[in-house]
Amino acid sequence: MEAFGLLLHGFAVLLTWKTLVLMMVGLVLGIFVGVLPGLGGPNGVAILLPLTFTMDPTSAIVMLSCIYWGALFGGAITSILFNIPGEAWSVATTFDGYPMAQQGRAAEALTAAFTSSFIGSLVAVLLITFLAPMISSFALKFGPPEFFAVYLLTFCSFVGLGREAKHKTVISMSLGLLLAGIGMDTVSGNLRMTFGSAELLRGINFLVAVIGLFGISEILLTMEERLALRGHAASISLRVVLGVWKDLPKYWATLLRSSFIGCWLGITPGGAIAASFMGYNLAKRFSKDPESFGKGRIEGVFAPETAAHASGTAALLPMLALGIPGSGTAAILLGGLMVWGLNPGPLLFVEHKDFVWGLIASMYLGNVVGLVLVLTTVPIFASILRVPFAAVAPMIVVSCAIGAYAIQNAMFDIWLMLGFGVVGYVFKKIGIPLAPFTLALVLGNRAEDAFRLSMIGSGGDLKVFWSNGLVGSITTLAIVLLFWPVIDGMLSRVGWTQRTRATSP
Amino acid sequence: MSQTDLEIVVDDPTAPEDDSPSVVSSGTVEIVVCLLLLALAATLGYDNWRTGASWDSTGPEPGYFPFYLSVILGGGSLYGLIVALLARRAASETFVTRAQARRVLAVFVPTLLFCLVMQFLGLYVASFLLISGFMRLVGKIALWKSLLTAFLFTAIMFVTFDVAFDVIMPKGPLEAAFGR
Repeated sequence: MEAFGLLLHGFAVLLTWKTLVLMMVGLVLGIFVGVLPGLGGPNGVAILLPLTFTMDPTSAIVMLSCIYWGALFGGAITSILFNIPGEAWSVATTFDGYPMAQQGRAAEALTAAFTSSFIGSLVAVLLITFLAPMISSFALKFGPPEFFAVYLLTFCSFVGLGREAKHKTVISMSLGLLLAGIGMDTVSGNLRMTFGSAELLRGINFLVAVIGLFGISEILLTMEERLALRGHAASISLRVVLGVWKDLPKYWATLLRSSFIGCWLGITPGGAIAASFMGYNLAKRFSKDPESFGKGRIEGVFAPETAAHASGTAALLPMLALGIPGSGTAAILLGGLMVWGLNPGPLLFVEHKDFVWGLIASMYLGNVVGLVLVLTTVPIFASILRVPFAAVAPMIVVSCAIGAYAIQNAMFDIWLMLGFGVVGYVFKKIGIPLAPFTLALVLGNRAEDAFRLSMIGSGGDLKVFWSNGLVGSITTLAIVLLFWPVIDGMLSRVGWTQRTRATSP
Repeated sequence: MSQTDLEIVVDDPTAPEDDSPSVVSSGTVEIVVCLLLLALAATLGYDNWRTGASWDSTGPEPGYFPFYLSVILGGGSLYGLIVALLARRAASETFVTRAQARRVLAVFVPTLLFCLVMQFLGLYVASFLLISGFMRLVGKIALWKSLLTAFLFTAIMFVTFDVAFDVIMPKGPLEAAFGR
C-alpha cells in the first residue's frame, strides 16, 4: 500500500502543464523516430538527450521515457502497413500484421498492436511499481562484492543468453569495458590509455559513442538499402477499436503469457527481440489452429507486441532498483540520469523520491496518452514515410552532431561520433552486437570500482565473491549463465530440457 | 473505416542495383576487424602493463582491471580470427556491393565534410550546406525545396538550442558578423 501512496504522490508531481506538454512532445517525437526507417528508440533517446540538459531531472526523464514509449508504438505502424519492421522486435509482428493489412484489416491489426503494447507495458509498469521499491530496499544492504556480483551476472547473462556468437559478445563487452576505463583513474588519479592525448583525459563519453554507434551507423545502413516503399494507408475508426477491445477477453491467456515472458526477459537481459519471438512461438504452440498463424491471425499480433513492450518496459526495473539497465535504451536513460547528477540504484528511491515516483507515474500516463495518440493519428504518422529519405538523412546527421557536441562542448567528440558511426556500421554488418558494448561502456567504471573495493577489502582474495550466501548465489548464478549454452546442451542431451528457437511461420 | 484501397508509394530513384558486384566479403572484413582488435588489445594491454597491472600495498594498480580486459579482448579477437579464417573456405557472404558502397559513401563523405567545415564555419552554416547539398545532389530534390528545407531546419535548430535551451554550439564568421 505504501507503493500506492507514493505513486499518487508521483502523479501529483507529474500533473503540471509543463510536464504534460513535455510528455506529449516526447510521445510525438518518439512515434516519429519509431516510424522513420533508420531510427528507433535508442537513437531517438540518445539524439534528443541534449534537449533535456537544461530541464529539471523529472521533466527530462519524463520526456525521454515518452520518446521511448512513442518509439515502441511507432514501430508497429511500419511493420503492419509496410511489412518493414522498424525495430528487430517488430519482426514477429509482420508475420500476421502485414497479411491482415493485405486482407483489408489494417485498422484491426494496428488497434490490436497498440492495445497489446499498452497491456504489455501496463503489466510491466505494475511490476515496477510494486517490485522496484522492494528490490531497491533489499539492495541497500549490498556492499561492493554484492554489487560486483550483480554486474558480473548482467555481463555473463548477456554472453550466455544472447543470440549472437559468444565470442562476438565477449569482444563487444570487453571493448566497451576497456573504453570506459580511458582517462583518469578515479581511485589513484593516474592516467590510463590516453597515450599523451589531452582530449582523451576526459575519457570517452558513452553518449557520444551511442550517438555514433546507433545514429550515424543506422543512417549508413539505411542508405545502403533500397528505400522504395509500397504499403497500405489506414485510419482507425472507433467501431474497429471497440470491436477489437470487445474480443480482448478471448485472448486473455495469450496476453497474460506474453506479458509474463516479456517481463521476465526484460528484467534479465534477454531483451525485447527474444521476448517477441518467444511470445509469438508460444501463442502458436498453444493455439488450437497453429496452421492459421502467418496468414493474418490477430493473436499473431497480440502475442509479440505484448511481449516486446512488457520486455522494453521491464528493462527499466533493474535500472531503477539496482542501477543496472536491462536493455540498450535503458542504458542510455541511465546515462541521462548520470548527466543530471543522479546516482541510479537503490539510493535513488531514498534520496530522490519525487523523481522516481514521477517517472513511474509518467509510465502509466505516457502509455495511456500514447495509446490514444497513436489510435487517432495513424494516417499522419504513416504519411511521414512519404518524406524522401534524402531529406531526412542529413537532418538526422545534424541532430547527431548537435547531440554529440552538446554533451561536453568538445569538437573532438564530433570526430569520435563519426568514428563510432563507422565502427557501428561494420560491427552490425558482421554480427558483433552493440547492446553489450553500450552496457559495458555505461557500467564499466562502476563495475571496476566495485571490483577494486571488494579486492582491497579482502586483501586480493577472490573468495570474497563467495563470502556469504547472497554474494555467493549471485556469483554462482553468473557463472551458470555464462556457461548456459553448454549446460543447456548437456541437459537437452539427457532429455531434461527442450531447446526452443525463434522461427518465422 | 479502414482505407486499405489507398496505398502509400515511395520510390527510390537511386536504389542500388540487385546484381551489383561484391566489393568485399563479410569473411574478409571479419578477419580485418579481428586483426585490428587484436592490435588494439595488444596496445592497450601494453599501456596498462606499463601503468601497473599488479598489486601494491594499497590494492590493485590502475592498470590491473583494464589489463585483464585487454587479455579477454585479445583472446576473443584471436578466437574470432581463427573462426573467420576457417569459415572463409566455405562460401562467404557479401559485405557490401559496389552499388551499396557508392550509396554509403554518398552519406559518409558529406558527413565527413560537414564535420570538417563545422570547425571553420560553425555548426549552423555547415548544417545548411549539408542539408541543402545532400537533398539537391544525392536526393535530386528541387533546388528551392532543398534550400528552403535546409534554411528552416537550421533556423529551428538555432532557435531551439541556442535561444530557447541555451545550449551553445560551435559558431563561425557568419554568427560573429551578427554578434553571436
